[in-house]
Amino acid sequence: MTASLPDAQAHSFIDASDVVKSFGQTPALRGASVTVARGEILAVMGPSGSGKSTLLHCLAGIFTPDDGEISFDGRRLDTLCESDRTKLRRTAFGFVFQFGQLVPELTAADNVALPLLLNRVKRKSAYESAATWLDRLQLHGLGGRRTGELSGGQAQRVAIARALVMGPRVLFADEPTGSLDSLTGETVMDLMVGLARQEGTTVVIVTHEARVAACADREIVVRDGKVFDPRAAGVGR
Amino acid sequence: MLGVMSVPLTMLGLLEREPSHGYKLKRDYDAYFGRDRPLPFGQVYATLGRLARDGKVVAGEAEPGAGPERKRYVITETGATELETWLAEPAEPEPHLQTVLFTKVVLALMLGRPAERYLDVQRAAHLARMRALTEVKRSDDLLDVLRADYGLFHLEADLRWIDMTAARLSALAREVHR
Repeated sequence: MTASLPDAQAHSFIDASDVVKSFGQTPALRGASVTVARGEILAVMGPSGSGKSTLLHCLAGIFTPDDGEISFDGRRLDTLCESDRTKLRRTAFGFVFQFGQLVPELTAADNVALPLLLNRVKRKSAYESAATWLDRLQLHGLGGRRTGELSGGQAQRVAIARALVMGPRVLFADEPTGSLDSLTGETVMDLMVGLARQEGTTVVIVTHEARVAACADREIVVRDGKVFDPRAAGVGR
Repeated sequence: MLGVMSVPLTMLGLLEREPSHGYKLKRDYDAYFGRDRPLPFGQVYATLGRLARDGKVVAGEAEPGAGPERKRYVITETGATELETWLAEPAEPEPHLQTVLFTKVVLALMLGRPAERYLDVQRAAHLARMRALTEVKRSDDLLDVLRADYGLFHLEADLRWIDMTAARLSALAREVHR
């Protein structure tokens, strides 16, 4: 997959340069730089507390860096006002977190339709799209179940359907299989990566699991708030 | 403990730390790398002989003293280059590599070389191999999938060791310099 991608330096879709982010006196990122090409699937690895989730939150416009620059598709993200960043997150980005974070009072279909309804898509059309995406995630017939009636793997697949239903340009996933057993995690990853490739969606996955990282086109390692990029160092190819 | 190919390179590493006699070389080797399986004296001198023949070490004049003949061995430029190449290049990712990786990390710390970088390079090589095996798993043949799984789980175990070792490098550096 990687070989067919354009040169990431020349055509970076997401470009973070010397990003610094602290929480109070605690530095989380100390000059982190990374580029992601359009359609690329990037794994972000690193030990706990290394700053990898903070990096993902900065790339996704959830956190604003204290210093450094982040651009998305040629447009500065770090200087956008809060309302523009919120709009971008809602329309161009999809999110999958470790514990799904589905709305427990709603059914699987409601959860998947929710982003469309919030973006003023008509109810009938929203639920038709939700049903299509639940089918693509191999959840046919489970749309009426509440999240408490789903297994961990099923709930995570609902979360992926919800993240992809708006046709995001980038999918951000933070430890998407962290709460699942090996085989279920593998199924979830296969579906997520397979669908992202079909849709041409760029994916950034934070994971500490090597088997998850091996599903990506390449990996970077975050350590002490800085990024080690094997490709930039000319290794691992 | 180490594979046959690693013993001469490990001895070169110990000689880069400081020139040494065969006896001391064996003692250091056993202390760090041969705790389970000490190196026989015969192998030490045979290896030193081959390293000298190939221009990777030079032996000084025999030093006078009681007991067996004592020659002091010094690593040459050729030997140092070979050692550097071996340390910096990732080992071919395959199961049961731990002895080679262990040796590289300990030698790198001993010699003040960038052990963390060597681990990063090795991690990248392992992940590249895991990506290739993950691709194999997209096959419909369940036997291929099971074979790929076996390799993936073993490589994953290596990676967990690499990550744990990376987290312990400072403490390990203190240990080898004690």
